[in-house]
Amino acid sequence: MADSRAERREERTAFIFLAPGLVLFFLFVLLPVVAALYLSFCRYDIVHSPVWIGLRNYARIGKDLANHGVFYLSLRNTAQYALGTIPLGMALALALALLVNAGLRGVSIYRTSYYLPVVTSLVAISMVWMWLYDPTYGLLNYGLELIARAATALTGRQMMIPPQTWLADPGQAMAAIVVMSIWRGLGYNMVIYLAGLQGIPEHLYEAAIIDGATAWQRFKAITWPLLRPATAFIFVVSVIGSSQVFAQVYVMTNGGPNNATTTIVHQIFQNAFSFMKMGYASAMAFVLFGIIFLLSLLNLRLLRGGEVEYA
Amino acid sequence: MRLTLAKQTLLHLLLLTGAATTILPFLWMVSTSLKPESEIFRFPPIWTPRAWKWENYSAAMQAAPFGRYFINTVIFAVTITASNLLLCSMAAYTFARLRFRGRNLLFLLTLGTMMVPGQVTMVPVFIMLKRWPLAGGNDWLGIGGHGLLNSYVGLILPGAVGAFGIFLLRQFFMTLPRELEDAARIDGCSELGIYWRIILPLSAPALTTLGIFTFTAAWNEFLWPLLVMSKDSMKTLQVGLQVFQTQYTTRWDLLMAGTVVVTIPVLLIFLAGQRYFTRGIALSGMKG
Repeated sequence: MADSRAERREERTAFIFLAPGLVLFFLFVLLPVVAALYLSFCRYDIVHSPVWIGLRNYARIGKDLANHGVFYLSLRNTAQYALGTIPLGMALALALALLVNAGLRGVSIYRTSYYLPVVTSLVAISMVWMWLYDPTYGLLNYGLELIARAATALTGRQMMIPPQTWLADPGQAMAAIVVMSIWRGLGYNMVIYLAGLQGIPEHLYEAAIIDGATAWQRFKAITWPLLRPATAFIFVVSVIGSSQVFAQVYVMTNGGPNNATTTIVHQIFQNAFSFMKMGYASAMAFVLFGIIFLLSLLNLRLLRGGEVEYA
Repeated sequence: MRLTLAKQTLLHLLLLTGAATTILPFLWMVSTSLKPESEIFRFPPIWTPRAWKWENYSAAMQAAPFGRYFINTVIFAVTITASNLLLCSMAAYTFARLRFRGRNLLFLLTLGTMMVPGQVTMVPVFIMLKRWPLAGGNDWLGIGGHGLLNSYVGLILPGAVGAFGIFLLRQFFMTLPRELEDAARIDGCSELGIYWRIILPLSAPALTTLGIFTFTAAWNEFLWPLLVMSKDSMKTLQVGLQVFQTQYTTRWDLLMAGTVVVTIPVLLIFLAGQRYFTRGIALSGMKG
């Protein structure tokens, strides 16, 4: 009897403790997801009431994809962004982590400086890089000129690298955003790789050295397989993050020039809040949801499979 | 493993090149923010201003209600940090320690909310805030005014609790020994007392980590304030920075002064609480 009263009291406490969080989740996640699904079957401009139009928003997306329209471009650009940032960003982060972990003194200062861009706001960072990319007075074009001058001095022949227009050039704009984004994300990935490296027992390397393994063999047989959880984690986080890239695009190019940098989220944002096509935007959001869901399933398999354990 | 001196020097050189690449844009930002216009538009560029123009900062602060943006950002970041610490820890404690029907299901649902990208819920939440009954000039049907748009409540409420924070704290609470709580329970301490006087004080490191993460994320948040706070007096710093960018010209001197001001608070927090950042990553990522 006393026991069940205590149990009831515990249930009541649990209810009171959970209520605020669950109410917020219900109001701002669960209900909106259902509402967004409903809206994706409607025409809605926020001024007039939503009008049910069935699958027409999705049909429009299909037609856009078939005709290589703007949404198709945003998918292509988002994929380009992911392919540009993830492999190179991860390789550089691993290289830096290995360097920082090599047993030198005074490495904490490097670690700190690599991490600085991660905590700085993406908006501020994007604005600084826009200035670096400035076609007339930007530091990057100056860097190119210095390289050309050095090449001239070395070869004795006149070398020229013409100033680039970077963000204003449809062929370069996405690459410019990719470079900036790699620069910004490097520190985060490096810290995760470092945590992974510090979890590898030292005696494995000692044994390998006694067996006469070269540095490359040690990396291939010990470091890389034992870093798999770190690699998988960074990969998962980067893939999902890339599919949602927005702020740097909005600030640096607003999707231009000529839609060369518009991304999925940028399209959702524009359609919902500039063109007031909230139904169409919701349909796009569900396409994004589907993409992220599929990627997550793939990632889950990646995170589960292939654990390596060396005693 | 001992490294030879030559190898050490080479490694340091490589690391230094990397560090220079990360720091350079920051230095360029500070340098530009202190230059007169004649030195900004110069090619080849110069690194240190000939005439240090501190006035850029006061000019930038006057170009827009920056003081107002700053206060708005502080209110937003502090409130959302406080509410996340409180609500996440309450939920985390419940999931970690209390027994009740439907616990596993509710926990799974909570984690499930992390799967939903913010871009899916963004449009309906925006409409919901605009149509919030009896707020911002709305009648009880939510018509007539702007609702909770351009209000702190509207900015803060949708992010007042997060599944990630609940998950992080629950993981930490589960590692705490139960002996203290059991002793307190025998002495007649209530669940509220155990949560407030035993669990929370023992969890200071985890709470600090979550607090720092939430604060920096809120400080740097862009898309949501951009949507909710359209009125100039309600903007946050991240949104307000755009006043220096018009369609035709950008005042790089003032813009860079603005970005320095926006950046400094989070940089200070990072430098002061560095170990919490690394610990947070280890807590959230690797062991899961």
